[in-house]
Amino acid sequence: MAIDEARGAQPMIVFENVVAGYSPSLTILNGTTFDARAGEITLLIGPNGAGKSTVLKTLFGILTPRSGEIRFESRRINARTPRELLADGIAFVPQGRNLFGSLSVRHNLELGGITLPRADLAARIDEVLARFPRIRERIDNQASTLSGGEQKQLEIGRALLLRPRVLLIDEPSIGLSPKLVQDVMTLLRALADAGTTVLMVEQNVRTALKYANRALVLEMGRLALDRPAAELLDDADLNRLFLGGHVKAPAA
Amino acid sequence: MSVVADDVALARTRRPLLRTANIAIAIVVVAFALLPLLLKSYGTYLCTLFCVTLMATYGLNLTVGYAGQMSLGQAAFYGIGAYIAAIALKAGISFYLVLPVAAIVCFVVGLLIGFPALRVQHHYLAFATLGFNILVYLVMRNEEKITGGTYGISGVPRPTLFGLSLDGVLAFFWFTLAATLILIALLGWLLRSPWGRAFAALRDNPIRAESLGINITVYTLLAFAIGAACAGIAGVFFAALVQFVEPAPFHFAASLMMLLAIIVGGSGRFFGPVIGTVVIVLLPEWLRFMQNWYLAIFGFAVVALMIWLPGGVLSIPERFALGKVRR
Repeated sequence: MAIDEARGAQPMIVFENVVAGYSPSLTILNGTTFDARAGEITLLIGPNGAGKSTVLKTLFGILTPRSGEIRFESRRINARTPRELLADGIAFVPQGRNLFGSLSVRHNLELGGITLPRADLAARIDEVLARFPRIRERIDNQASTLSGGEQKQLEIGRALLLRPRVLLIDEPSIGLSPKLVQDVMTLLRALADAGTTVLMVEQNVRTALKYANRALVLEMGRLALDRPAAELLDDADLNRLFLGGHVKAPAA
Repeated sequence: MSVVADDVALARTRRPLLRTANIAIAIVVVAFALLPLLLKSYGTYLCTLFCVTLMATYGLNLTVGYAGQMSLGQAAFYGIGAYIAAIALKAGISFYLVLPVAAIVCFVVGLLIGFPALRVQHHYLAFATLGFNILVYLVMRNEEKITGGTYGISGVPRPTLFGLSLDGVLAFFWFTLAATLILIALLGWLLRSPWGRAFAALRDNPIRAESLGINITVYTLLAFAIGAACAGIAGVFFAALVQFVEPAPFHFAASLMMLLAIIVGGSGRFFGPVIGTVVIVLLPEWLRFMQNWYLAIFGFAVVALMIWLPGGVLSIPERFALGKVRR
């Protein structure tokens, strides 16, 4: 699929015919092509096994693409390690609970900044805590004692320590109440509005589409559709195919 | 009570507890330093052996308890340190040169032994490290020209300190105790630094750790290498303490006992090795009055401990504190 150059924002991330998987016999991405732009939330949706999380893992260097090209600000980043990508400005919040439960909130944040110079770390932690007052209140508590919403805030805060220009986030709503999901989505929206490129995988599609700019529908490891999020939310047929809704019966 | 109120209450109870704990630790250390004044030379020897073993178990606690890497080869590094010391000290080389050399050699061998851990984990890694221990043991036993074989190497001299002889059991005990405290303090500093917490991150979830930019290859290798260096240092003190080395103390059964010390004390707890080393070094001696039954009673005590306290002996006060807050 051709990349839409007509849109205003510059593509920060470009996937071009990327083939990747977990073993030579298990190919998940079959020539995936898309782009994600600065200041936008790009939402990856699709049925289970479509390759959504695999896109994020491949982009973050946890999986190596077998062919194709991944570009970040026009530079090829195919063979880069997570550590190098973090230094480049790409951060990843994986699916599920990602804190180190036996460590305190502060120690979790310090680990998030392990690649930063020691002199900068305290100031960066303060910067993150200013954004998350709830986390500041619980700074010396063990991370496992935080509520689900607080844990997700801490995970996002930890990723923001490095001031990433691209934030990859995999199913942030898992295990959260509807109110907390809205809080997390509002936060991601604010980050995108401030210029961060947010690439999000989310099963809670109806809510996520309200906050996203674009939705990419993946099917069998290929891009099946690339549409503005608002447009997709109103599409009854896509509801049936991807969102679990119902298509109205044709009139007799 | 809400979770937040629980935490605030826990934090409030923790601060004075921490101060009390520090005072208690200081009292225990001073009491232990003075204890041999009341003991015969065998008792002082046991106290020194306790310190020596503690250096090795503290290293193993870093590898197993903090970094989550299974190891059944700690006694091999202990042995390598002891044989380097025995050979070099007998050749007249200074103890203070032998000590860093043994630590560096064990650090490098530990790095190499860490490589299997990059590919295999848990019981597979346990067997890989066990195989290494057996290999080292066989070299010690069979390479008679270097190691003296089963006859070992005797007449290992003790060091001096600023011209003062450490030949006396008491003087050597205090010297070893001071070295042990320095080693524990260094490990404490490391484990409380962000690098130390990276070991805990590696243990909890390597993929999560990697997604934060932690170089899991480097930290896995370092977990083995630092643990091995501690055992190497312990081995040097062991050779100077016993003044005789032979393969038996470095059999893989010794590695199992060290692992037992970590688990009984509380894996990944900073003072866990102290309790665990009391259990593996001193408890069998205290049970000797039971004569033929002492090993059976020792075994029973360990099984009972593991059933009632799978988190180790040091999990008792934590449980008690949490119970009090929740009531």
